[in-house]
Amino acid sequence: MFKIVKKRDLADVSKLMEVEAPLVARKAQPGQFIILRIHENGERIPLTIADSDKEKGTITIIFQEVGKTTKELGALEEGDSLRDFVGPLGQAMELPTSGRVIAVGGGVGIAPIYPKVKAFHQAGMEVISIIGARTADLLILEDEMRAVSKELHICTDDGTKGHHGFVSDILQGMLDDKSQKIDEIIAVGPLPMMRVVANQTKPYGIKTVVSLNPIMVDGTGMCGCCRVSVGGETKFTCVDGPVFDAHQVDFEELTRRGQMYLPEEKEALDKYKEECGCGGGNSEIG
Amino acid sequence: MKLDKDQIRQLRRMKEKHPMPEQAPEERIKNYNEVPFGYDAETAIKEANRCLQCKDAKCVEGCPVEVDIPAFIKLVAEGKFDEGIKKLKEKNSLPAVCGRVCPQESQCEALCLRGKKAEPVAIGRLERFLADYELAKGVETPPKPASTGKRVAIVGAGPAGLTAAGDLAKMGHEVVLFEAFHATGGVLRYGIPEFRLPKEKVLQREVDYIASLGVEIKTNVVIGKTLTVDELFEEEGFQAVFIGTGAGLPQFLNIPGENLNGVFSANEFLTRANLMKAYLFPEYDTPIKLGKKVAVVGAGNVAMDSARTSLRLGAEEVHIVYRRSDKEMPARAEEIEHAKEEGVVFNLLTNPVRIIGDENGWVTGMECIKMELGEPDDSGRARPIPIEGSEFVFDVDTIVIAIGQNPNPLIPQTTSGLKIGRWGTIEADEEGATSRPGVFAGGDIVTGAATVILAMGAGKVAARAMDKYLKAL
Ligand SMILES: Cc1cc2nc3c(=O)[nH]c(=O)nc-3n(C[C@H](O)[C@H](O)[C@H](O)COP(=O)(O)OP(=O)(O)OC[C@H]3O[C@@H](n4cnc5c(N)ncnc54)[C@H](O)[C@@H]3O)c2cc1C
Ligand SMILES: Cc1cc2nc3c(=O)[nH]c(=O)nc-3n(C[C@H](O)[C@H](O)[C@H](O)COP(=O)(O)OP(=O)(O)OC[C@H]3O[C@@H](n4cnc5c(N)ncnc54)[C@H](O)[C@@H]3O)c2cc1C
Ligand code: SF4
Ligand code: SF4
Ligand code: FES
Repeated sequence: MFKIVKKRDLADVSKLMEVEAPLVARKAQPGQFIILRIHENGERIPLTIADSDKEKGTITIIFQEVGKTTKELGALEEGDSLRDFVGPLGQAMELPTSGRVIAVGGGVGIAPIYPKVKAFHQAGMEVISIIGARTADLLILEDEMRAVSKELHICTDDGTKGHHGFVSDILQGMLDDKSQKIDEIIAVGPLPMMRVVANQTKPYGIKTVVSLNPIMVDGTGMCGCCRVSVGGETKFTCVDGPVFDAHQVDFEELTRRGQMYLPEEKEALDKYKEECGCGGGNSEIG
Repeated sequence: MKLDKDQIRQLRRMKEKHPMPEQAPEERIKNYNEVPFGYDAETAIKEANRCLQCKDAKCVEGCPVEVDIPAFIKLVAEGKFDEGIKKLKEKNSLPAVCGRVCPQESQCEALCLRGKKAEPVAIGRLERFLADYELAKGVETPPKPASTGKRVAIVGAGPAGLTAAGDLAKMGHEVVLFEAFHATGGVLRYGIPEFRLPKEKVLQREVDYIASLGVEIKTNVVIGKTLTVDELFEEEGFQAVFIGTGAGLPQFLNIPGENLNGVFSANEFLTRANLMKAYLFPEYDTPIKLGKKVAVVGAGNVAMDSARTSLRLGAEEVHIVYRRSDKEMPARAEEIEHAKEEGVVFNLLTNPVRIIGDENGWVTGMECIKMELGEPDDSGRARPIPIEGSEFVFDVDTIVIAIGQNPNPLIPQTTSGLKIGRWGTIEADEEGATSRPGVFAGGDIVTGAATVILAMGAGKVAARAMDKYLKAL
């Protein structure tokens, strides 16, 4: 059993948890993720390692409540325990030690991009961050992101905070500004956002990486459920990724595969809402 | 029950095995319950009397874990079931599993003397009978041996790892078993379905027995990620390590369309169904997607299990697609038989060349080509050759690829000093010793995908070698 030692609400449907998992904490590196299962009947879901503390033996996860499992997770409190928690999985991200990076995080992607930005920052790189969400209430980790970024730009689709529009609008300005060299771009968010960014940066020939989030089962390379075409080759996101060269990723296929279980996800969520009597919630974040 | 001389003489001449009662095909495809019910005591005693108690019992040579077959069968024949199960367990720590899934026809029963002129003695069924008898009655924990103070790590809780762990614990070593998944059993848990090997009633209880021997089981630890083999030695204080991580990496066909929605590796399909209990969705949270017409590519046990699982999940039509003929099908005879009875359609000498999808990326068909058999290839089986112009489109909406698994590269990649074979297997000698002192390996990770009993045999042999190694330290 893995105990939740800290819980914090970041926004309406975003929560942060610190979970006791000493073996995972000892090894965790930026870019990697864990898989957890809440209870015996639960699904295995992947979440990015947002932070880790070797001394305390804890892993921090940040998640948005989008469906049955993440809602159920959000309903747990400090002192509760998770049945399973395994990791660190996936490849650690490659970290250059100097240069200028632009980090683009959208909606669900702000949580997983934060540890990467922090790592870039600690490695001595200059990071310009652009974060966006549908509306101001869904924006998370603003202070945390500001602390590790040289500049922080905020956008909301509805204009309730920062720039009224998309992260790609701000990014375009930076791409066009020839006076400032960009060494690398990292984008994490909903698939449509990552796809737009990839298409946007390609003509400029700037290295762009994305962290993918396909459906997973085991997370160790044994099922192939997380397969994705990268540069025409089939890769398993859980062992070869989750970070890939954005210009090589077949986003169309990825989007399609991500929708495979939509009816079942809805069924599970409806059943959960009925049983817990908690209703409502926001199921279309991004 | 007491048999007289005449009855025994008659039984010794009886050509066929006593049949094992089972669920009718039309019933069983609607549930997940085990198909065969097993022998009752009377039938077991009768079947045991078909054994000739050969002096030079060839059957034993066919058993990789060296079960003393005539001895345990004699005890069954005499109705001494408690002694029988003890005799069986001297060599085999997972008898309820083996009695159900061993390919007996190519192991012990293949060499049975009675098999020369009639059907062999039903060794597997008798083994299952004794194991079930004991499970029903409550399993006794053997006394703990004196501790040797040596620490051994076992990686992987499949049949190889479980056997090695149990044997090493019986020898008095301190054993810790690490498993990547949240549950033990390896393929026995995630691959072989409930209707062939009940998980709670049989598998879990055999694992509990191994734990009761003093083995500490740690799930959710991926060796190579959470801890490396090097760290097991240097930081965790283990003096020897056994690697039994199996062959879990799914192979794909590498044909166009394989990433369409509705195409699964058998590993994914079976893991969702078995480990995650997707057949109980939404009571269990993990779903599985299944259309009406399913094609399973391959003809091994994995393919049969996928096909039979599809039926139980409600598919209307299930096809096996295999590029060779029925003689080459690698599955256990009983599985093929059961699949046929249940209505699985066999499309032999047929090979997929392309998977076709609709505008939303869902599978709508599979283009196949007819094959004919040519000269034998490296594996000794006839090489299938495509017949030009014989392409046709199979109308299916779900495809399960069950053409084999390779070893997972995680441990080879993260362990220093391990010699790796051509197919990513770990090289080990007959005793399971690898190129690195103190590291032993066995099961599918060494042989490539094989069988439960061969993996157990490898675990047993390695345990003995590890004991020797540890004593010499
Ligand atoms: C490597 C990796 C790292 C991730 N890191 C984080 C993280 O740090 N924080 C976080 O909030 N989420 C993260 N995710 C996504 C997270 O795993 C999913 O949100 C979660 O599995 C949803 O489960 P559910 O039962 O709550 O919702 P479901 O009922 O399964 O899905 C509800 C909705 O979410 C969408 N969805 C389903 N699975 C995923 C998925 N894997 N990724 C994105 N959307 C999905 C569905 O299309 C659906 O619209 C990560 C995913 C991967 C693969
Ligand atoms: C669907 C299916 C049906 C089959 N049917 C039969 C049958 O009827 N009869 C028969 O004899 N054989 C059958 N087989 C084959 C048989 O199951 C295997 O040969 C046997 O299980 C191999 O045993 P193993 O212990 O080597 O590996 P596995 O059973 O594969 O177990 C390996 C274990 O190691 C774990 N592991 C892997 N990597 C790591 C890591 N890095 N760290 C920690 N743990 C790790 C895995 O999660 C797994 O639990 C079948 C196989 C399949 C897939
Ligand atoms: S363990 Fe398998 S091979 Fe050995 S006697 Fe039993 S059924 Fe036969
Ligand atoms: S070979 Fe057959 S008949 Fe002879 S001892 Fe073995 S099981 Fe009995
Ligand atoms: S999640 Fe199973 S292979 Fe990646």
